[in-house]
Amino acid sequence: MRQLVQKPPGRYWLVFAAVLVLLLAPAAIAYLDQPFYLDVLMRLMILAIAASSLNLILGYSGMISLGHSVYIGIGAYAVGIPAYYDQYNGLLQLALALGGAGLFALVTGLICLRTRGAYFIMITLAFAQMMYFTFVSIEEYGGDDGLVIYARSDFAGLYDLENNVRLYYLVLGCLLLTLLLVHRIVNSHFGMVIRGAKSNDRRMQAVGFPTFRYRLTCYVISGMICGLAGWLMGNFTGFISPEMMDWTRSGELIAMVILGGPGSLFGPAIGAAVFILMETVLAEVTIYWHLYLGLLLILVAKFGRGGLGGLFQRNRGTP
Amino acid sequence: MNAPLLEVSTLSRNFGGIAAASEVSLELARGEVHAIIGPNGAGKTTLVSLLAGELRADSGAIRFRGETITNMPVHARAQRGLARTFQITSIFPEFSALENVAMAIQAHAGHSFRFWRPVTQNAILQQGALNALEQVGLAGIPERNAGEMSHGEHRLLEMAMALATQPALLLLDEPAAGLGPEETTAMVAILRGLRQDKGILLVEHDMDVVFAIADRITVMVSGRTIATGSPEEIREDENVRKAYLGDGVDEGA
Amino acid sequence: MDSTLLVIQILNGLQLGVLLFLLAAGLTLVFGIMDFINLAHGSFYMVGAFFCATLTLWFDSFLLGLLLALPLTLAVGVVVELLVVRHLYQEDHLQQILATFGLILVADTLVHIIWGPEGLTFALPEVLNGQVTVLPGIRFPIYRILIISVGLLIAAGLYWVVARTRIGMLIRAGASNRRMVGALGVDIRYLFTLVFGAGAVMAGLAGLMIAPITEASIGMGNEILIVAFVVIVIGGIGSIKGAFLGALLVGLIDTLGRSFLDGMLKLVLSNQAAETSAPAISAMLIYILMAAILYFRPQGLFPPKGR
Repeated sequence: MRQLVQKPPGRYWLVFAAVLVLLLAPAAIAYLDQPFYLDVLMRLMILAIAASSLNLILGYSGMISLGHSVYIGIGAYAVGIPAYYDQYNGLLQLALALGGAGLFALVTGLICLRTRGAYFIMITLAFAQMMYFTFVSIEEYGGDDGLVIYARSDFAGLYDLENNVRLYYLVLGCLLLTLLLVHRIVNSHFGMVIRGAKSNDRRMQAVGFPTFRYRLTCYVISGMICGLAGWLMGNFTGFISPEMMDWTRSGELIAMVILGGPGSLFGPAIGAAVFILMETVLAEVTIYWHLYLGLLLILVAKFGRGGLGGLFQRNRGTP
Repeated sequence: MNAPLLEVSTLSRNFGGIAAASEVSLELARGEVHAIIGPNGAGKTTLVSLLAGELRADSGAIRFRGETITNMPVHARAQRGLARTFQITSIFPEFSALENVAMAIQAHAGHSFRFWRPVTQNAILQQGALNALEQVGLAGIPERNAGEMSHGEHRLLEMAMALATQPALLLLDEPAAGLGPEETTAMVAILRGLRQDKGILLVEHDMDVVFAIADRITVMVSGRTIATGSPEEIREDENVRKAYLGDGVDEGA
Repeated sequence: MDSTLLVIQILNGLQLGVLLFLLAAGLTLVFGIMDFINLAHGSFYMVGAFFCATLTLWFDSFLLGLLLALPLTLAVGVVVELLVVRHLYQEDHLQQILATFGLILVADTLVHIIWGPEGLTFALPEVLNGQVTVLPGIRFPIYRILIISVGLLIAAGLYWVVARTRIGMLIRAGASNRRMVGALGVDIRYLFTLVFGAGAVMAGLAGLMIAPITEASIGMGNEILIVAFVVIVIGGIGSIKGAFLGALLVGLIDTLGRSFLDGMLKLVLSNQAAETSAPAISAMLIYILMAAILYFRPQGLFPPKGR
């Protein structure tokens, strides 16, 4: 019997090297005494998690959400609001982040997924903006100005996140877990259905798939992973504000996914890296660095189909 | 005889006041090939869409294997054993031929809320897909990207996708459209091989195909059925001649 | 409920509505005809405001500032269409979003470079500063009445153009069947540039009309743009009529919700609960409206036919 050839997930050595570098980075940074770069790497990895979660719906299932940063906000507020009431239990905060993000995705998804194309794009955008304005209007939690979080999530003293290196390794662990999860999902039975629905939804229904519930499930999973990124972000920055879910943040996530190459496993992480690199390097040189970022995005939109992730992966789109 | 496999009674559908299907009634038994013919715009594709569930009927009823499916969504009908091919090829162009067929089998192999094990390790899907490809003569190219296959191969692939789920009823919307003579002959052979254990509802413009395999023929004109009968009866029918066959058998194609 | 306040808030809602319409009209036309999603549409709103502010301060005349700012905004719109947007009609929505998001960054940064990080404020001429009596005992600022009138006039004009003129015929044809316009032998590129430019001018007009009340500031168009998206989604993308009704609906509900919701909630909730929840709920009202409409009509109230 002939078997489908398992397609190679990518260039293993590059991935291996990247993980190795990330594992050793804290030691090198400590040796060079440049703690700033630890922060840069953490931010990069958190955004890579968020972008990977967006890629799950955007790249693999063809749902262009322009409101994905709302889940970062939900995850971050799941740290900040309990902290406001002196509740630092890490498991509780994590459960709130995942549960809150999942619930929001479920409720809005029920409406968003009934629509197609441009409507879907604008509705995801509108729902995210709704949360943004809602948090702006809640004076109790700082409104526009946000909240300072005075202590990070607490895991009964077993794993102390106040130590930045510990937080770093937690973030790295979450990133690797996210990538593994996305890889397994897109190649699973479930992944086949969502990719099939992206390719030809009408056909999927004609062969007997109730695609709506699969797409909705995918939408919820994606939201929850992004909620995890938000939980990390809240711990990392120690500060939350509605600005985290402003729609331009969602635009940046989309930019990362497309820069890296939608529908490729490592693309979003690469896109996040490029984004953070530009921000870190260009912002040193000029306060007008957004101009160059904007021009880059316009050029990528026109000429850079598939983004940079293709370098790291053969068989883009069919992992 | 038992209750028919498919029973359509007085099915109607309007589009902005124009009756695309008007009180269509027909029956189809297991093992029977029932062809729908008629000039362009007669409502044949509307009928297929109504049966498949992409369109909802304004009135009338559809019974399939003794169950009323008139208001059932597309996927639920497919789950109950109603498979179709499309007039305009509808496949998954980014996937291999094997994956296209495996997708169809997967739809009938329980739910797919299975998130971890790679689908490629599911031997049942892979083997079933290969068998279906073999049935239509595409077993030699399972890894070929469906988007890169020829038109004729697309028609066969669609047929394989429909067969792979072992449906009770096949809705075939012009399976021979755009095929060359040899490909058409091959398609007719495939359809002949299928008829024992299934019902086939065939919409087709190619009268050679229709008269070669149909047990019963229904003629539609302007959304109405004007005649139903054996191929011989239809050939002799005055109304049909006037309305349709009279102006050249192959006109409609 | 205080009836004076009600009338005033209805007028305020109308004012927001016509501003939203001016933004939404361009968005919905550009999407309807070119199948193009323009996230940077709010940038014209901002650019119009900055042009008008500078020119008004320069010539010390709001009228002159307004009259000169409009053609300048048109020029910017046409240039953007020729340089960037035109090359993206064939791309899919994802690429369009990326590019127009890039355009926002470029526009905001350029405004930052030219005008600096602070916003620009300028005063209205004396004649526009007063109030008029709209109903016995109810006075309302002249300028806001003017905004409403201008918005309604333009809505009427646009309706006339779309319903009665040859260009309007092409626009309608384009919205329901894109290929047909090309088949009519019209050089479709001119039509696209024209429509895009017209959309830019209307957005610019909205921005410069609001600037004397608020100010011209960087990113001022990015938030209201989202509300304009809500408007066209509610109205049905591509429909001018839908954009108009959607804009008035959203403008009224948002304004009235913000001013009367806590009063209404107090009828069913405790005072404190009403006061804390009212701002959050009124911020969500228009989105809830959108969700409700889309739940029953996923294509909005007036979906263009034949798509």
